[in-house]
Amino acid sequence: MVAEAALSELSAAPARPSRGLQVRAWLARRSEAVAIPVAAAVTGFLLFGIFLAAQGKSPVQLAELVWRGGFGSAFALGNSLQRAAPLLFAALCVALPARLGLVVIGGEGAIVLGGLAAAAAAQPLAILPAPLAIPLMACAALLAGAVWIGAVGWLQAYRGVNATISSLLLSYIAIAIATHLIEGPLRDPTSLNKPSTLPVGEAFMLGPMPGLGVHWGLGCGVIACLVAYVLMDRTTLGFAARMAGGNVRAAQIQGLPVGRLIVGFTALGGAFAALAGFFEVAAVQGTANGTLAAGYGYTGILVAFLARQNPIAIVPVAFLLGGIEASSGLIQRRMQLPDATVLVLEGLLFLVVLASETLYGRFKLFSPHLWAAKRETAPTPTPSVTA
Amino acid sequence: MSDDLGLWSVLLAVIGGAIRVSTPFLFVSLGETITERSGRINLGLEGILVFGAMSAYGTAVLTNSPWAGVAVAALSGAAFGLLHGFVCRLPRVNDVAVGIALMLFGSGLAFFLGKPFIQPSAPPLPAIPLGFWSSLPQVRAALQVNVLFLAGAFLSLVLWWAFRNTKAGLIVRVVGDSADAARAMGYDVDRVRLYATATGGALAGIGGAYLSLSYPGSWNEGVSSGQGLMAVALVIFARWNPLACFGAALLFGGAGALGPALQSVGVSQGYYLYYAAPYVLTLALLIATSSPDRALAGAPGELSLSK
Repeated sequence: MVAEAALSELSAAPARPSRGLQVRAWLARRSEAVAIPVAAAVTGFLLFGIFLAAQGKSPVQLAELVWRGGFGSAFALGNSLQRAAPLLFAALCVALPARLGLVVIGGEGAIVLGGLAAAAAAQPLAILPAPLAIPLMACAALLAGAVWIGAVGWLQAYRGVNATISSLLLSYIAIAIATHLIEGPLRDPTSLNKPSTLPVGEAFMLGPMPGLGVHWGLGCGVIACLVAYVLMDRTTLGFAARMAGGNVRAAQIQGLPVGRLIVGFTALGGAFAALAGFFEVAAVQGTANGTLAAGYGYTGILVAFLARQNPIAIVPVAFLLGGIEASSGLIQRRMQLPDATVLVLEGLLFLVVLASETLYGRFKLFSPHLWAAKRETAPTPTPSVTA
Repeated sequence: MSDDLGLWSVLLAVIGGAIRVSTPFLFVSLGETITERSGRINLGLEGILVFGAMSAYGTAVLTNSPWAGVAVAALSGAAFGLLHGFVCRLPRVNDVAVGIALMLFGSGLAFFLGKPFIQPSAPPLPAIPLGFWSSLPQVRAALQVNVLFLAGAFLSLVLWWAFRNTKAGLIVRVVGDSADAARAMGYDVDRVRLYATATGGALAGIGGAYLSLSYPGSWNEGVSSGQGLMAVALVIFARWNPLACFGAALLFGGAGALGPALQSVGVSQGYYLYYAAPYVLTLALLIATSSPDRALAGAPGELSLSK
């Protein structure tokens, strides 16, 4: 009896807290990851409210209009989800390289090239049936995006060119190339006022998702976020990537192929971003034109940072920002505010959330040790072996 | 005679364009040089540039004095620089990310507050006709040199001298090369970086004032085409040397003027591709001058960009 108790105590002794305490410690850690960004976002909204009040506009009316224009009705919800879809992909293009320590801000270029590639591929594929041709169009987009952002990773890994700057330059170059092709060789001669490529055709257009009225980009985007989460947090490959992002030297000493990891994950991010362009062409516009560069890539950066580069958190954040952007028109009309209002709000949110990075680990309330150790320390004194 | 000018006119337009277009590059890159020499990178200069353009234009419209506009642009730029410096001195806050946020915030605020100033016209900054000796109108047009361009050229010389020979220049360099050494010498690293970022912001604001008050000389939402960001790449290419910044700014200005110059002589093929010339040039220079194995020669040791 006594020996058994001693044995169980011995096996429990090496600082392994019981299941319940483990859960509590886990909860404490997780609630920090939720509470701080939420508090930061609320602070950002409050600051924006003060800014509006200083302009003589009512922040309450703005909040009401955002609710009505973005979330309040089925129509508004559909509109927000429609805008959230490309943001999901664009944010992944930031979040995946970010785990490797790269700040990639050129997703806009991959979106534009992806859309263009899909539209261009539709013409030679016209002889194929739609179920075969549409995936091939998507593949063309994926390839364009993967090459474009993969090049950013390659330049960083093998040439030492800073990814932030090269990705942005490449995005300007991509938009110039796309404009050149859309206005020149690939232009549909019948598109007069709004230069576009030849339409992909009714047969190659994607319908809405059943019961939602939103195109398939949303579903695919959510799936892409889940896939990215599993890849990053539940696989060896993702672990290797995070390790390379945390400490390059240590990763190299472990024999990890850091260069190939960087190229692979940036290419994957670029492929995701290109899907946003694909869905804009194949589900919304029907052709590739100037509206591809609508700024989704830049809002995606904000989404990724607000989600703290966590693929799961990207989903709600993209929905929130999609809703805010969807209500932009209503705000402009009702409150006589310029269209840049949303941009100011986004900039403020971005700044406050970045500044809140400094708060992590500062509050005792969220410390896992506090919760895991509460009753643990009293009955079982720490064994001296571990010290 | 005017027929012979064919290709020469392209060259003249590129030279004139280089002088006209390079001024914002020059100011932003000098500002970024000061900031980066102190060991911090401010990618938000693009936003500051746009806000500077707006505030300068708005002030010039209201007061009818372009120089008041330049002053306000410098002050607002310094304020944004202070904001960047304050947020970045918090522990664990990434200066690159804060710069991106500032880019968004600065241009958003500029578009928001600048809406009423799109219509009215502001008095432009004065230009000095350095082409008086020539009878050719093209030469005269190319050599209409703005006062701010000359001021920027002079400033790059002064900064080059100051980094080597003044106490302030040395302090900034020590802080940028080794924060530990600077602390050991008793300098407040965060404060030096705060001032360096604010100074950099003020210069970027002046660059913005040039955009709206001289060339292109109007305020709208497309006033900047990424000059603020290209200037960051330009600083790397110039190896954090103010004098080299001057040459690099002229080079970038010339590349930017290539598209319009070719279009003016009737080359319309690949029109949009020529507009990408400055970006391609920047990228090519970055690729050519970077190396994966060693930090760039002349790079400040504390800079997150080159670590």
